[in-house]
Amino acid sequence: MPDTRLAEQFVDLRQQHDVAELGIWVFLATEVLFFGGLILAYCVYRSIQPAGFAEAAHHTKIVIGAANTAILMTSSFLVAWAVTITKLGEARFAGLLLWAAALLGLVFIGLKGLEYTLEYREHLLPGLGFDYPGQHAIAAHLFFSFYLVATGLHAVHVAIGIAVLAVIGRRARQAAYSGACHAPMTVAGLYWHFVDLVWVFLFALIYLPGRSG
Amino acid sequence: MNSRVFHPKSYLREGFTLRSWLTTRDHKRIALLYMISITAFFFLGGAAATLIRIELATPAGDFVTDETYSKLFTLHGVVMVWFFLIPSIPATLGNFIVPLMIGARDLAFPRLNLASWYLFMLGGVVTLYAVFVGGIDTGWTFYTPFSTMYSNSHVVLAVTGVFIAGFSSILTGLNFIVSIHRMRAPGLTWYRLPLFLWSLYATSVILVLATPVLAITLLLVALDRFAEIGIFDPSRGGDPILFQHLFWFYSHPAVYIMVLPGMGVVSELVACFSRKEVFGYHFVAWSAIAIAGVGFFVWGHHMFVSGQSPFAGLVFSFMSFIVAVPSAIKVFNWTATLHKGWISYDAPMLYALGFIGLFTIGGLTGLFLACLAYDVYVTDTYFVVAHFHYIMVGGTVTAYFGGLHYWWPKITGRMYPEYWARGAAILIFFGFNMTFFPQFILGIEGMPRRYHVYPPEFQVWHVLSSAGASILAIAYALPLFYLTWSLFFGKRAPDNPWRTTGLEWQTPSPPPKHNFERTPVVKRKPYDFTVKGKARAQNA
Repeated sequence: MPDTRLAEQFVDLRQQHDVAELGIWVFLATEVLFFGGLILAYCVYRSIQPAGFAEAAHHTKIVIGAANTAILMTSSFLVAWAVTITKLGEARFAGLLLWAAALLGLVFIGLKGLEYTLEYREHLLPGLGFDYPGQHAIAAHLFFSFYLVATGLHAVHVAIGIAVLAVIGRRARQAAYSGACHAPMTVAGLYWHFVDLVWVFLFALIYLPGRSG
Repeated sequence: MNSRVFHPKSYLREGFTLRSWLTTRDHKRIALLYMISITAFFFLGGAAATLIRIELATPAGDFVTDETYSKLFTLHGVVMVWFFLIPSIPATLGNFIVPLMIGARDLAFPRLNLASWYLFMLGGVVTLYAVFVGGIDTGWTFYTPFSTMYSNSHVVLAVTGVFIAGFSSILTGLNFIVSIHRMRAPGLTWYRLPLFLWSLYATSVILVLATPVLAITLLLVALDRFAEIGIFDPSRGGDPILFQHLFWFYSHPAVYIMVLPGMGVVSELVACFSRKEVFGYHFVAWSAIAIAGVGFFVWGHHMFVSGQSPFAGLVFSFMSFIVAVPSAIKVFNWTATLHKGWISYDAPMLYALGFIGLFTIGGLTGLFLACLAYDVYVTDTYFVVAHFHYIMVGGTVTAYFGGLHYWWPKITGRMYPEYWARGAAILIFFGFNMTFFPQFILGIEGMPRRYHVYPPEFQVWHVLSSAGASILAIAYALPLFYLTWSLFFGKRAPDNPWRTTGLEWQTPSPPPKHNFERTPVVKRKPYDFTVKGKARAQNA
C-alpha cells in the first residue's frame, strides 16, 4: 500500500526526512549571511564611533529587551521539548507546547511594539521624527537605524515563525506526526531556534554596549 | 538497455492546458517556463545593447540623450545579469538535467522549484515596471551615494525587483544542494558524478551564501532612499564604500554563478565529442569547488581605486591571481582531453571550443585587472567592459547555447538542424570577437565606459564594434528560428543521439514525467569511452 505521507519524488520516508532537515540547514545558512551583512555594517560603524554607540545604547529599554530575551529562550525550550516528545510518540501534547511557544512569540511582538512606541515618543526612530541632542547625534542616528532595521527584520521572522508554529501545532494535535514521521516539526523547530539565536546576538549588540561598567 | 518494451507517456503529454503548465511541479516543465522567460529577457537586454551600439557608431551624442543613454546601459546590465545570466544555465538546463543525471524522479523540493519561478517572474515584472515608468540611471551596480541621494529615477522599484528575484536564485541553489546530496541513485558516488553536477553544486553554494548579502544590501539602499536611514549617507555618518564592499561581496561571486555552470556544460561537451574521459576528472571537479571558495575573497579587486587600504589592495590582488589557478586547470584539462581524442565537430562541440577560446582571453585579461597598477590605469574603461563580456557573453552565453543544442533532443524529442546550428555557432564566434576585441583597444587608449560622446579618434574601433554587434545580433536570433522550427519539423530524436554515458540519456527522449521507469543503479564513472567507438552507460 503506498504511504500517503511520502511525496512522489522520494524512495522512502527516511529520505524525505533527511531532505527536509538538510533543506532547512541550507536555508538557515542563507539567513546567517542575510543578517550577517547587516551585523557587519553595525560592527564597522561601531568600531569607528565607539563612544557614540555606547551612549546611544543607553537609550534602549533594557528591561523590555531582557524580558523579551527570556521570553524567546523559554519559547525555544518549549519547541525543543515538543520535538523531543514527538520522537517518543507523544505528538498531541507536543501540539500544546508549540501553541504555547507561538503565544510567547506574540507576547514578544507585543512588547516590541510597546518598545517602539516609547522610542517613537522619545524621537529615537530614524525616519520617524528622529531628534537627538548632543555631540553624538550622528552616531546615534546610525545606531538607531541599525536597531530599527535589524529588529524590524527579526520581528518579520518572528511573525512568520508564529504562523508556522500555530499550523504545525494544529497538525500535531490532529496526530499527524509520530516517532517515524515528524520532519515538518523538526524543520519548524530549527527555524524557531534560529530566530531565537538571532535575537541573542541582537540583544548583545543593541542593549549591552556601554552598560558593562 | 535500449530495447524498450513500451513507450511511456512523455512529460510534454501530461496535460496540454495553460493551467497544467502554470501549476506544474515537474522540474522539466519548470525548466521550460524558465527557458521561455529568460529568452524574452535576453532579447529585451539585447534590444538595449542594440540601441547602445547604434548610439556609439558616431562620436556625437546624436541618437539618444545623456539621460536615455544612462537608462539604456542600466537596463541592459540589470536585465542581462539578474534576469538572464544568473538563471540561464542553472534554472533551465540545470533544472531539467540535474534530476535526470542523478537518476531521481524530481528535485528535492518541487513546490519550492515552482515558487522560485514565480518569484523570478514577480521580480522581473517589478523591474520592468520600473523601466516603463521612467527607467533607472544608476548602472547595474546601484553605487551609493548616487543611487540613494542623487538619482531621480526609479531606484527603489528596481532594487525591489532584483531583491525578489534574488530569492528565486536562493531557492534554486538550495534545491540543487539538497538534491545532489540526498537524491542520488544507488551507486552514484560523488566521484561518479558528471562534472556538470560538480559545477552546479559549486554554483549553488554561491547562490545560497552570496545572494542574501545582496538582498540585505539592496534593502538598505531602498530604506536609505525611502526612509532616509542614512546607512550609506556620508552626511549622516554612513559610508558609501561600505556599500561597495557589500555589493561586490555578492557581485564578484556572482560572476562565478554565471560562469561555473558554463564550465560544467563544456566539460560534458568536450568529453562527449572527443569520445574520451575528461582528463584529470578529480582536478576539474575540485577546481569548481576551489573557484567557488576562493571567489568569496577577491571582491576588493573591484575597488582598487575606491580608497581602500593599500594592504587590502595587495591581499585582494593576490587572491585574484590565486583564483586564476583553478580556472586555468580547467582550460588545460579540457585541452588535454581533446588531445588524441576522436573529435567530431557537431554544433555543441563548436560552441564548447568557442567557449574555451573566449574564456581564455577573458581569463587572461582578468589577470591584467588583478594587477594593482595596471587596474588603476584601465579602471572604468572599455578594457573592463571587454574583459567581463568575454567571460559572461563569450563564456556563459556560448556555453548556454552549446548545452541547449546538446540537450535539445532530450528536452524536446526533436533534433535541431545541424548545419544551421553549426553556422550560427561560427557566426557567434566571429561576431563576438569583432564586437568585443576592439573594446580592449579602446580601453587601453582611454575610452571610459558609460559615456556616449567620445573623441573622433575612437570612432574606427566603435564602428568596428557596432558592425560586429550587428553580426552577433543576427547570430543570436538564428537559433530562435531554427530551434522553433525543429519543434515541429525536426527529425525525431533517439534516446541517446550522441551515444554518450550519462544517466539522462538512458531514458526516453523526451522523458516521462517520472524520468525513469525504474530507478537506475550506477555501476561506473561517467565518460567511459574506453571501448573504441562505444560508450558504456553509467548504469550498464
